[in-house]
Amino acid sequence: KQWYQRRVRDSVAVTENLVASTQTISGTGALRIGGEFIKKFHSSETIYLPTPSWGNHTPIFRDSGLEVKSYTYYKKDTKGLDFQGMLSDISQIEEGATILLHACAHNPTGVDPSPEQWNEISQVVKSRNLLVLIDMAYQGFASGNLEKDAYAVRKFTEDGHRILLAQSFAKNMGVYGERCGAFSIVGESESEAAALESQIKIVVRPMYSSPALHAARLVGTVLNDPALYAQWLVDVKGMADRIISMREALKSGLEKEGSEHNWDHLVNQIGMFCFTGMTPEQVARLTEEFSVYLTKDGRISVAGVSSRNVEYLAHAMHTVTK
Amino acid sequence: INAEYGGAYRTEAGKPWVLPCVRQAESILASDETINKEYLSMSGLQSLCDAAMRLVLGESSPVIQEDRAVALQTLSGTGALYICFQFVDQFYGGCKDIYVSDPSWGNHKLMIDRIPGLNFKQYPYYNSETMTVDVDAMCRTLDGAAEGSVVLLHACAHNPTGIDPSRNDWEKIAAVCQKKNLLVIFDLAYLGYASGDYNEDAWSIRYFADLGMEFFVCQSFAKIMGLYSERVGALHFVGATSEIAHKCLSQMKIIVRSIYSNPPSHGARIASLCLNNRDLRIEWEDCLKEMHARIRRARTYLHTALKMANVPGNWDHILSQNGMFSYTGLTKAQCEVLIEKHHIYLLKSGRISMCGVTESNAKYVAESFKDAIETAKEN
Repeated sequence: KQWYQRRVRDSVAVTENLVASTQTISGTGALRIGGEFIKKFHSSETIYLPTPSWGNHTPIFRDSGLEVKSYTYYKKDTKGLDFQGMLSDISQIEEGATILLHACAHNPTGVDPSPEQWNEISQVVKSRNLLVLIDMAYQGFASGNLEKDAYAVRKFTEDGHRILLAQSFAKNMGVYGERCGAFSIVGESESEAAALESQIKIVVRPMYSSPALHAARLVGTVLNDPALYAQWLVDVKGMADRIISMREALKSGLEKEGSEHNWDHLVNQIGMFCFTGMTPEQVARLTEEFSVYLTKDGRISVAGVSSRNVEYLAHAMHTVTK
Repeated sequence: INAEYGGAYRTEAGKPWVLPCVRQAESILASDETINKEYLSMSGLQSLCDAAMRLVLGESSPVIQEDRAVALQTLSGTGALYICFQFVDQFYGGCKDIYVSDPSWGNHKLMIDRIPGLNFKQYPYYNSETMTVDVDAMCRTLDGAAEGSVVLLHACAHNPTGIDPSRNDWEKIAAVCQKKNLLVIFDLAYLGYASGDYNEDAWSIRYFADLGMEFFVCQSFAKIMGLYSERVGALHFVGATSEIAHKCLSQMKIIVRSIYSNPPSHGARIASLCLNNRDLRIEWEDCLKEMHARIRRARTYLHTALKMANVPGNWDHILSQNGMFSYTGLTKAQCEVLIEKHHIYLLKSGRISMCGVTESNAKYVAESFKDAIETAKEN
């Protein structure tokens, strides 16, 4: 239990034992428990997801018995955040509904709010009295810094939101198939946290009784051993830095090719994914003519880019977009 | 004396047992640098699914040859049951009454009650007077079920009674299931614990397969391989045709996707090695026989001790029951005496975990039973 709480280290919530946590089957498992918990205990059965969001969010919450709706998030023209649209939509969500927020490295767009924008979002969410579920699958992986990537989680907790948090260790610890994640709720008091914890267990028991131990041992060992933890910080930064440098290499590669388009979004977006802005037709050409595989919405996985192929990719992208 | 373990094997010294073949498998895995931590598919580790299927249905099963069986890796037996119940709720076109034995594992009812679309029902199973399976009462109830209902059967080593149907009984049960077109779900948590021989223990399942019936098997590797917390299991489905079986598999995957995407790899790799690696397989089969034998010894110790202490009653059921548990036949009041006065912890239903009994404590246990029977009677 302690090692989940390190992720919200130094916050009042943790020092006052207000957090109820459970290990989960990675991020998906945490989200499903969140969905089932909301359905069972919360007054509203509606959850709002950003547009777009991770494809599996909708089935997870729908199968939990919730109604899935959405709020504005991504702006196609700027390939960035439609901040005004987002605030406007959130301010019209019915009181008491649940809102899902991506903590960092938004999937699939790579577009994150700035800290100042998070501050405003927190206020609007509060004014609507919404229940907040934060999906944090990429902590550390986005900027390379665990603390920075947790800004939204910490801010919301500080602002008094009693958040639900779904964490995954798949990417930031590279333990993907071992299935390691956590689901936490910030309670109002220590005794509420204890009650919440036992209710979470009641949700889990009929699903699979208990999660896989090996994953927990692995991750727990790394998080609790000072030397391994220090090594992990280096490893996470290494992964994040590689992704960031590939973004930069791709952008400069396109500029070198003579592209006249604005490719700033490649480096402004953050995390594993990048919404390039290419059309389905351009994507089809990329695949057919250059054997570059990406999704029809123009999303590339930056992890698939390396120093060996970035020039080729830049050339291919320039060819289909010029 | 802790005899309320729940389904967890203990050695004679009262300790959990990590099977030597499992330790070896873990060593092999830890030093294999070609293995990574990438996601398994939604249906899990294929080598485990295939080996698990052959374990259940038999190496030369015609069902497998005809490609009518599919398997999906699950979060142990509970995970398999959950997916199975979700399947019934979401995709099964028949009646959603689910018949479960009276008594059964407590979590069965909890799981079914959790899904609003399913209706928990019971069939009589245990005759407390004769301490046998009341197969006629069971079949009468199933015969009165709505056509196309669902029935949950324990394939072997029934939990909690330890009393299994005879082959003759299984024939009657299969007949009524066919007559009423019931969808059968086998709970297979204790393969090998009944007789020590998993082919023998799988007889009921293979018999239903031979009859051409469609059914699910919810298999756990927790007890049979001592993998408990690693959560390794499999959900099998045998269909009337290959097409039906594969459609079912893709629906099962859809269910998995929105619960946890894909299952944990570590435990699956251990189990797969133990089943597929020739030397480890032989070792595992010996381990399974040893666990079974130890429990049989415990039964003998207790039975002998009960006789030696002249404890009133017929205690032959201690020997004839199968698996980890024994329904002693003690009443709730008698159990309370055992718990409070003699510090023997068992369930108030009278179920003891035979793993709690050893050669050195059997006498104490027997004498405590005697006192409990005499004391509680006076009350």
